[in-house]
Amino acid sequence: MKIIDAVHVFFDYMRKDENDKIEEISPALSDMNLEIEKGSFVCVLGHNGSGKSTFAKMVNGLLLPREGSVYVADMDTADDELLIKIRETAGMVFQNPDNQIIGNIVEEDVAFGPENIGVPTAEIRDRVDEALEAVNMTKYKDRSPGKLSGGQKQRVAIAGVMAMKPECIILDEPTAMLDPKGRKDVIRTVRELNKRDGITIVLITHYMEEAVDADRVVVMDGGRVVMDGTPREIFSRVEELKALRLDVPQITELAYELRKAGMPVPCGILRKEELEEVIMELLFEGDKGSCDSTDTDGTEPDLGTDGTEPDLGTDRPEQDLDTDREDKSEGACQ
Amino acid sequence: MIRDITIGQYYPTDSVIHRLDPRVKLASTMLFLISLFLTESIVGYVFAGAALLAVIRISRIPFKYIVRGLKAVVILLFISVSFNLFLTPGEEIFRLGFLKVTREGLRTALYMAVRLIYLIIGSSLMTLTTTPNQLTDGLEKSLGFLNKVHVPVHEIAMMMSIALRFIPILIEETDKIMKAQMARGADFDTGNLMQRARAMVPILVPLFISAFRRAADLAQAMEARCYHGGAGRTKLKPLRYERRDYIAYLLVALYLVVMVVTRWL
Ligand SMILES: Nc1ncnc2c1ncn2[C@@H]1O[C@H](COP(=O)(O)OP(=O)(O)OP(=O)(O)O)[C@@H](O)[C@H]1O
Ligand SMILES: [Mg+2]
Repeated sequence: MKIIDAVHVFFDYMRKDENDKIEEISPALSDMNLEIEKGSFVCVLGHNGSGKSTFAKMVNGLLLPREGSVYVADMDTADDELLIKIRETAGMVFQNPDNQIIGNIVEEDVAFGPENIGVPTAEIRDRVDEALEAVNMTKYKDRSPGKLSGGQKQRVAIAGVMAMKPECIILDEPTAMLDPKGRKDVIRTVRELNKRDGITIVLITHYMEEAVDADRVVVMDGGRVVMDGTPREIFSRVEELKALRLDVPQITELAYELRKAGMPVPCGILRKEELEEVIMELLFEGDKGSCDSTDTDGTEPDLGTDGTEPDLGTDRPEQDLDTDREDKSEGACQ
Repeated sequence: MIRDITIGQYYPTDSVIHRLDPRVKLASTMLFLISLFLTESIVGYVFAGAALLAVIRISRIPFKYIVRGLKAVVILLFISVSFNLFLTPGEEIFRLGFLKVTREGLRTALYMAVRLIYLIIGSSLMTLTTTPNQLTDGLEKSLGFLNKVHVPVHEIAMMMSIALRFIPILIEETDKIMKAQMARGADFDTGNLMQRARAMVPILVPLFISAFRRAADLAQAMEARCYHGGAGRTKLKPLRYERRDYIAYLLVALYLVVMVVTRWL
């Protein structure tokens, strides 16, 4: 079942002068199509100005399409009557934690959403407690948000959305202003909400590492979706991504460079462990190879008496591979 | 210095004062402020001071923390005291050049200083023990009748609450901008008044821009969380009078009686 469905969406930002005459038009979305399955974890990538934030605001009904429609759980965002219901269903977390926390006490902020939709007092209490528990912030419930770290503030913001009992959360670069620790906490929280509570997550980010564990990666450019697939599929297409001015995760980049240098490393490596495994395998093979072809110092490095450097056997065979297998390297994965 | 402003900040501890209904605290603060102008006698001021001290003790807010809040208004205090000191006509005690100090002047200046200090401590005590949300809830509820004459009470209350929340953020930002400009060679501490005022421009412009951007972001975040005005809103902590609130009202009434009596002492 799909929770978000954007159909042929067009949107322009317009600057008008005092007389309502249009001074400037900057197109933000042009023919954007995207369906998101309920319960999935989707990562949206794209360089600056590709329309990610504009799309996010469409889902929440903060912006309305000039042409086309956006449906959230089959509700049309253009329908005024449904707006509150839509915002309840699809919550939103923004980049700057300071500018989205309304309450002066953590739990009062979390209660803001339920209060707006008229949830009875006793139930607000339950929802607030539950939401704070879900993001692991219960012990900060009486604190002033100003005194929390960036990552904690973002988790409060997520709790504020969770208290609305949403089916879907859209996060627009929630980690952009955080330190590595805060970033990790926020991403872990989001992933938990997805796995444990089945909340659909749409994560907009510039950090490729955050996309690795997504179910699906969507790449935007020029206001439309240009790539769409599993992280492995998307990150296999390194050249294409680079053309879109995007990076790939560091490990993928390393694997890519290794392959370019001639090592038979498969495409779309996403995690450190995978690359390690591949290299270990190659190493093992490489060791045998060097045994057969060259003198013994490769296999028994601790001897090191004949003047050659006593390599520890980890980088040495890699060098061997580098030179030995150049001709066997596979073509680009694209 | 700018960080020392404690007015409008909330000090989270648990005390009876913290738990009082915000309407009680609002009314009491108002009555306390009025009472300062009811009395003219030393006894009255001593009594008011004692009452204030007692409330501070009960509120479990460190005395030092409250006094620190006074530092921010020292200049204001100084100006109003000197005006009273030098400009009140009456029986002369001594003169410094063309400035003469009168008995009446000394008296009013002293009273003025005490009143101002009490006033500031009293009102910061209210904000220190009441979360801005409670405070605005209190205002909204006590002034709810104004809705009938089309005063947007909820909206005003919401604006106040948000303003209070952003005071520390904007103060921090001012600090940051000042440091950034100082690193570029800006000088805020020397020169005459005009020069100093002009030096503030490079602080105010970025501050305003950032404040507007924050406001836009915040409005969007509020909308995203289904905010659509006061209609149909419920509360996590709805206001309800408890026994302690009635007791507090009673104590405030007693205090007022004593203050009125001291008028004739
Ligand atoms: N408020 C606005 N007024 C005018 N133009 C805007 C406004 N917001 C965005 N745009 C323009 O719309 C386009 C899409 O912007 P959008 O913010 O959606 O991009 P983005 O993918 O979120 O970028 P970023 O990665 O920088 O957040 C850009 O060309 C941008 O210049
Ligand atoms: Mg953006």
